[in-house]
Amino acid sequence: MSAVVCRNLRFGYTPGALVLDIDQLEVASGERVFLFGPSGSGKTTLLGILSGVLTNFTGEVRVLDREIAKMTGSQRDAFRGAHLGYIFQLFNLIPYLTVVENITLPCRLHAERRKNIGNLEDAARQAADKLGILHLLHRKVTDLSVGQQQRVAAARALLGAPELIIADEPTSSLDYDHRERFLELLFESCREAKATILFVSHDRSLMHLFDKQLDLGELNKAQTVATAE
Amino acid sequence: MVLLSLAYHSLKNRKLTTALTVLSIALSIALLVGVENVRVGARQSFEGTISQTDLIVGARGGSLQLLLYSVFRIGQATNNISYESYLKFKNHPAVEWTIPYSLGDSHRGFRVVGTDENFYKHLRYRRDRSLSFQEGQEPKGIFDVALGADVARALNYKVGQKVVITHGVASAAGRGIQDHDDKPFTVSGILSKTATPVDRSLYILLEGISAVHIDWADGAPPLPGEEVPASKITKESVKVDQITSFLLRNKRRIDTLRVQREINTFTEEPLQAIVPGVTLQELWRTLGYAEDALTVITFFVTIVGLLGMLVSLYTSLNERRREMAILRAIGAGPGKIISLLVFESFLLTLAGCVMGVALIYGLSAALQQTVEDHFGLYIPIQPPTPAGWIYLGAVLLASLLIGFIPAWKAYRNTLSDGLSVRV
Repeated sequence: MSAVVCRNLRFGYTPGALVLDIDQLEVASGERVFLFGPSGSGKTTLLGILSGVLTNFTGEVRVLDREIAKMTGSQRDAFRGAHLGYIFQLFNLIPYLTVVENITLPCRLHAERRKNIGNLEDAARQAADKLGILHLLHRKVTDLSVGQQQRVAAARALLGAPELIIADEPTSSLDYDHRERFLELLFESCREAKATILFVSHDRSLMHLFDKQLDLGELNKAQTVATAE
Repeated sequence: MVLLSLAYHSLKNRKLTTALTVLSIALSIALLVGVENVRVGARQSFEGTISQTDLIVGARGGSLQLLLYSVFRIGQATNNISYESYLKFKNHPAVEWTIPYSLGDSHRGFRVVGTDENFYKHLRYRRDRSLSFQEGQEPKGIFDVALGADVARALNYKVGQKVVITHGVASAAGRGIQDHDDKPFTVSGILSKTATPVDRSLYILLEGISAVHIDWADGAPPLPGEEVPASKITKESVKVDQITSFLLRNKRRIDTLRVQREINTFTEEPLQAIVPGVTLQELWRTLGYAEDALTVITFFVTIVGLLGMLVSLYTSLNERRREMAILRAIGAGPGKIISLLVFESFLLTLAGCVMGVALIYGLSAALQQTVEDHFGLYIPIQPPTPAGWIYLGAVLLASLLIGFIPAWKAYRNTLSDGLSVRV
């Protein structure tokens, strides 16, 4: 089974100006994939499509064997909430909630995400323990360092065992030591949950840690056209 | 429920803005409910000027005029009624009591009212309150006078003091047409404050009115040397010929219309009887414009309060684009983003309503006595009127509608931002 399949994917924010033009992209289930490319190569746009936020594309996009284009808006929202874990580059957390409230928020919003969890609080503690942030659970997120915040974001993305983790340059705000440590923790948690990781970054020094590397600059023909002009 | 708790935490996080917004809504709600309560209080005070009186009887004329001079001591009677006619109805089998009024004299701008002991015994205001004396007692002697609370305070009169009454109604400053200075009265008592026109008059016996005019002939004062000295007049020696009007209470309410008809068709003298409640309402309706204007103004104040909330929510949205993107990323759909913001405005307004109502009731309780003393306005402390509840409901409903404006903006933001807001 493939976690992500894109065929003949075309997308533009305005008609006639393609941002993405990908013939074939595939991520196998359980794989750890490093997706890289220069700024403006459409990385964030691709993630928007895979997570079902950007919908105005043509071609086939299947995520976890569900065809994105065939879902309604609210189905896409529910699907994202239940089956995807999303980690941003920075500022991942709702500033007015505590750490534990942030971690459990997707599970509280989506009943489906909660179905494999016995006690939500316990599950949150376990996830936090694995990422080394157990002692921070009841702190305000604004009191946390950037590294700690990213771990909270990872705990949130992993809680409820979503099948696909999408990480949009989650380590770019961390220094080198923290970066490796963060990735180790992320991988370990994903291995246990048998989750697929789609990791987007322009920092190629990390790419050797992954199973597979994809160069979006190469895959995306819209980009080559644009740079040739 | 998750969204409601999110909305709550989000507001709590922006403490200062939230507090200021709630305060501004609370103030406008307090004003709205306060004006409504004052309005009701004013009407109740007005309608409570006279209670438990079934009919007011006077010489035939305008019904409003009869009410004005009998109850509010405004204007003059065009004609008096004879004491014989009065006695007929006083002793009528259906009648429980009557209170006679004899008007026409004054003291330093305050009306002097001739009446009898029934006035102190039976007069009721504000449903069932009766008159009492803060000092002294009701006038027993022919040259005794009782003062209304405002009169005593304005003129700083004490019990035992001599008072000269004036023929006709004179202004407070100038001398009257003719002072009855040969027959001074003695203050026997001072009535307690009632916050009704009762406070602004002096009360003597009907015989007292006759006594000061005993030596007058054809409406003119006696020539010098022909005055009858006060010492020679006793309560028994004067005769009451006429009074101006009287209040009447029947033994059974059901007799009211029958007795009214009997008075209106009385053949010996042209009389008229009015039902005070009906005429009071007529009068209140003519004063109703001010009331409506006040309500309209408070509505605008409330709208301004809600607009303040709109502005504060709307301007916060730009800082919160990041937050919205996070919520989108964890699967909150546009519907949930909209609900979150609508909940926020609803919570703000609800808090404002609760605080505003608490504020106005606290203030009313604290200032009730002061307002009654200074303005003669009794503000009842009672649950909001049906109209008050409707206002509160309407404000909450409006907050939901107004909440859709920032909610729509947030929704537009999430559409254009997706998950990609860089900070």
